[in-house]
Amino acid sequence: MTDSVHSGTSGADDEVTTSDGRFGGYGGQYVPEALVPALSELADAYQRYVIDNEDGFRDELREHLRTFAGRPTPLQRADRLSERYNREIYLKREDLVHGGAHKLNNALGQVLLAKYMGKERVIAETGAGQHGTATAMAAAHLDVPCEIYMGRTDVNRQRPNVYRMRMSGAEVTPVDAGSATLKEAINETMRDWAGSVETTHYAVGSVVGPHPFPAMVRDFQAVIGEELRAQIRDEIGRLPDSVVACAGGGSNTMGTFDAFVDLAERRAADDSRGRSPQEGTEGVALHAVEAGGSRLGVDEETGVAPNSASLSTGTDGVLHGALTKLLQTANGQVVESHSVSAGLDYAGVGPELANLVERGRVTPATVDDRAALEAFHRLSRLEGIIPALESSHALGYIEECLGANSGTSSAGADDDLGEVIIVTVSGRGDKDLETVLEETERRDLEAAPDVEVFDG
Amino acid sequence: MTTTDGSSTDDSATGGSGDDEPSDSRIETAIRDNHPALITYLTAGDPGLDETRRYVEALDRGGADVIELGLPFSEPVAEGPTIQAAITRALEAGTTPEGFFDLVDALDTEAPLVCMTYTNLLMQYGPADSGTDVEPFVERAAEAGLDGLIVPDLPAAEARPLREACDSVGLDLISIVAPTTADERLETLMSTTSGFAYVQARLGTTGARTNVSGATHESLARLDGYDVPTAVGFGVSEPEHAAEIVAGGADGVIVGSALVDLAATSDDPERDLEAKARELKRGAADGLADRELPASPEPERS
Repeated sequence: MTDSVHSGTSGADDEVTTSDGRFGGYGGQYVPEALVPALSELADAYQRYVIDNEDGFRDELREHLRTFAGRPTPLQRADRLSERYNREIYLKREDLVHGGAHKLNNALGQVLLAKYMGKERVIAETGAGQHGTATAMAAAHLDVPCEIYMGRTDVNRQRPNVYRMRMSGAEVTPVDAGSATLKEAINETMRDWAGSVETTHYAVGSVVGPHPFPAMVRDFQAVIGEELRAQIRDEIGRLPDSVVACAGGGSNTMGTFDAFVDLAERRAADDSRGRSPQEGTEGVALHAVEAGGSRLGVDEETGVAPNSASLSTGTDGVLHGALTKLLQTANGQVVESHSVSAGLDYAGVGPELANLVERGRVTPATVDDRAALEAFHRLSRLEGIIPALESSHALGYIEECLGANSGTSSAGADDDLGEVIIVTVSGRGDKDLETVLEETERRDLEAAPDVEVFDG
Repeated sequence: MTTTDGSSTDDSATGGSGDDEPSDSRIETAIRDNHPALITYLTAGDPGLDETRRYVEALDRGGADVIELGLPFSEPVAEGPTIQAAITRALEAGTTPEGFFDLVDALDTEAPLVCMTYTNLLMQYGPADSGTDVEPFVERAAEAGLDGLIVPDLPAAEARPLREACDSVGLDLISIVAPTTADERLETLMSTTSGFAYVQARLGTTGARTNVSGATHESLARLDGYDVPTAVGFGVSEPEHAAEIVAGGADGVIVGSALVDLAATSDDPERDLEAKARELKRGAADGLADRELPASPEPERS
């Protein structure tokens, strides 16, 4: 981020920007005028219900998280990975949340908030279908009508999730524009909202979008980090040396890291929310692992990035209502991203994460499709946990830093991980089985299981 | 700031808050002198920049008083299906900001030209080390001869750097007023917009509709009493709509999707665009005549 953004957005002499929802220079509210009043209304509801616990909102949400979502999720020592790397490896098991991913933490929060706000309908975008599924389930659970926008390409490659959404009573509307994936689904949901804003809540699925979504979604996901911080203290009597999470839009990343972010401005915000101070967390290294896809970089000619590494390789710009890091051409057209993991396949990233990387608190890294697939098989085989392809990127990073073949790249990164490492397993991999089998066969991977049982 | 009547060149972009009579910008003058005004939109580069040049000249001949040119962006969240499709065609044809400015350089129209585009393109234009500064775009826009900008994803709270850049080179920055824009925000928008106030006729996205929304009449009623000219867009496609909107008090009508659609489907787009502009302009004039009839009943307001 250049200084000009700070000075440009604010008066010449003040350091802090004048508009709401900035993380350093990132964030903001770059939306059509028609949506601004709705965002103000939402920011107000976020303050009253989510932060101030008005009408017992937080208490009710906690109860739904416990009885419906299955929280708290365990922190599990991964014995065989620990042995493999000769470190203490712990897994935060978000794959055990109802629906199979961390997404429900946020979906429950937002659908409940929509009810508290008196909205009659909830809309949401989905890429891989995990947020759509979580929102559909939360909406069924809380009895709110729900419509999900999903790119046609994703509808076709994530059929089981489409069925799950429809089983839960949600309407699923395919989007045909552009590459017909997550980016277009978000555009279309914003267009719906621009027309229906008076009666409808848009439940954004990640820590992206205009203020207050990045802060609010982070708060709904922060339960991940709060739990694991307490759990590791109970387990070993101290904080971990490092925490590793995968990053697409960044909701599981920010949810995992939030309990370890102790910046002055965040401390002030936490005080006002009555949270315990996060003292002593600055020594915990935070690693955000992005999808390296097939290779890094942006192809200017075709307008395609064969990866989703916006934190690592992106440039500053505005997408979906926020100033953040994104994958774009030199002219400012946002490109199509690519990853074997549909849930990481996004050209932008949450503005707070962009800021944390800029200030050096979070270290970005990339893991390519192949290493993620290998990590998928490794965890399945060694620990009996079939991880989502998204989470497999975080696991692949541990292997690249500490595995037998490490040392070829990112020399010294392994020291940063330290003795005790927590990896968030953001979701389970059942949804990915078909993709994994296809991609594994195509690449002739060593770790692949023999599935020829079906042949003749 | 240039004015067509050669009068004083005070900064009109401050919204006329002072006692001094501010001079009008070229856009404001075009609307006042040709009242009620026809404002037309086309997506630049659909299907190619050469065609756009000819289409714009046709609209100019047909009586368009201000011409908006869309600079295509890959994520057009404010647009409905018609303009989304046009933007896709323009991008596939290879339209770039530099090509857009070359087109504007080459255009010689009576109507002032306005660029409609999204924040990210403004931020990315210019040398790589200019970061997200909007000045390089604004300076190039002024040099190319554009008179104003409309940026649908830049609400007032985020618009300050752009407004300052526009003020310094004499470009109008036209604010969009939505049906959900309430009293305080309305006050802010109406006092900061320059050129005209773009009154969004209905919630939702751009696109031709078959009727004029009730929200339009409510909006126009709320805007009664402000000095800055008002022009209504979103869903306006026929001369009868133009008449109804002008009769309801607007200073102009904005037509986009209907023209984009016509350009894409006609076998003689230049002829048809010119004729359509003429019809719309006549519709607007009819609306003014209705308004000025002393016995004319109040237009429907609900």
